[in-house]
Amino acid sequence: MINIYEVLETNKMIEHENLDVRTITMGINLLDCADTDLDTVCDKIYNKITRYAKDLVKTGDDISKEFGIPIVNKRVSITPISLVGGAACKSPKDYVKIAHTLDKAAKEVGINFLGGYSAIVSKGMTKSDELLIRSIPQALAETERICSSVNVGSTKTGINMDAVRLMGEIILQTAESTKEKDSFGCAKLVVLCNAPDDNPFMAGAFHGVSEADAIINVGVSGPGVVKYALEQIRGASFEVLCETIKRTAFKITRVGQLVAQEASHRLGVPFGIIDLSLAPTPAIGDSVAEILQEIGLERAGAPGTTAALALLNDQVKKGGVMASSYVGGLSGAFIPVSEDQGMIDAVECGALTIEKLEAMTCVCSVGLDMIAIPGETPATTISGIIADEAAIGMINQKTTAVRIIPVIGKNVGDTVEFGGLLGHAPVMPVNSFDCSMFVNRKGRIPAPIHSFKN
Amino acid sequence: MNKSIITVVGKDAVGIIAKVCTYLAENNVNILDISQTIVQEYFNMMMIVDMSSVEKNFEVIANELSEIGLNIGVQVKCQREEIFDKMHRI
Repeated sequence: MINIYEVLETNKMIEHENLDVRTITMGINLLDCADTDLDTVCDKIYNKITRYAKDLVKTGDDISKEFGIPIVNKRVSITPISLVGGAACKSPKDYVKIAHTLDKAAKEVGINFLGGYSAIVSKGMTKSDELLIRSIPQALAETERICSSVNVGSTKTGINMDAVRLMGEIILQTAESTKEKDSFGCAKLVVLCNAPDDNPFMAGAFHGVSEADAIINVGVSGPGVVKYALEQIRGASFEVLCETIKRTAFKITRVGQLVAQEASHRLGVPFGIIDLSLAPTPAIGDSVAEILQEIGLERAGAPGTTAALALLNDQVKKGGVMASSYVGGLSGAFIPVSEDQGMIDAVECGALTIEKLEAMTCVCSVGLDMIAIPGETPATTISGIIADEAAIGMINQKTTAVRIIPVIGKNVGDTVEFGGLLGHAPVMPVNSFDCSMFVNRKGRIPAPIHSFKN
Repeated sequence: MNKSIITVVGKDAVGIIAKVCTYLAENNVNILDISQTIVQEYFNMMMIVDMSSVEKNFEVIANELSEIGLNIGVQVKCQREEIFDKMHRI
């Protein structure tokens, strides 16, 4: 039987170490909403989302109360909308109309974000994909809860450089269209390589075509719990360090598994995956950078950071995989700058640069995330950054992403405030040497060879 | 069996267990096990209870217990047992 110390340990994790379930995300297939008439598409989409997700928020809140564990976000991911709107949308404006419908549906069911205003263009772009991508700046400026993502490459297909070039421009336009709010639109837009079909985390969540009609995916969190556990074993060997991270990840993931099964059962929707990620928040003690410090670095970004992060990421997976029957999504440590107080501090004191962050993305989940850069950065430079990240993902057979915010009117030394879970960010310097000749080449980078690995 | 865990944490005082147990009795909550310990002068109590014959729904019980706790200056939480079981047992 459970003893008092185990009960107190669990409650301490929840109350003092910020253990929470970060999100319950319901994936909904919208392929059956396709039609040649735009109004019909919008009606079908609105009806399907509000029908499937009507009890999502209440169920999440009920589970949260019964188990005494916070469930921070309830969200919905949908089929990439370029596949659904293709027959009906003749211009970017038509897609914006779908975006408004999605926003309305999100508000109706009470979720805080809806992901899947997306296009998968890893090898080529259809007309419909391009229209959707061109509608992103307006769609993100005029809606509140929609998240957008574009997959521009994969290990199997190579990198679509035409899409990479276009996304550099689209990110700048999105920054411009939301400049009154510190270019906030870009925080809801991510460019991916090897995007998973079942990721529950925003902004990159969408419901892939390999998925069932509806599915429940759960993202767990808990950097604070790992950090606290490591504080208890300061100076111990790598063996003890790894064992401690593994044990902690196991416990965190078990909670996620329980919540996922319970939500799936109550909503009558199959359970998909647990995404076992360490997702930081701006709250003190809920930081991945602080874990790196606890492992033995003065600041995130110091020499040794990539190795420490690789170790952390691997142990989280090893502990988590045994705790859940199905692991998927992004699963690993997130290193968003603005959402992690330790990362912000590291940037402000000069320990952490974009180049070091890029190296870190080789060994952990996702990529250059929530990084504010000067608003004057040329589109081709942004495309160059995207191409670099996509190449890391393509060659290493992992997901990588870029969510950078060129803040219009701000420069290095300024700070941007996004508020809430998105936090605040110092504007970081970008390498000013030109890459436009490279980016302006047409076509794609071929898929890499899968042998002769060195 | 519908097992839940009730925890009471706070500064030690007269009548904490009495108040909580009276409420449980009035609401048909059966106590299966009680353990307690004092950690750094703080009173920690855990009860394993069976709520299968309770009429009120879980949320109401949890809220009312928490209120009783507030009145006597301790924190009372009621959570379903599975969260602890899943976390600490393979």
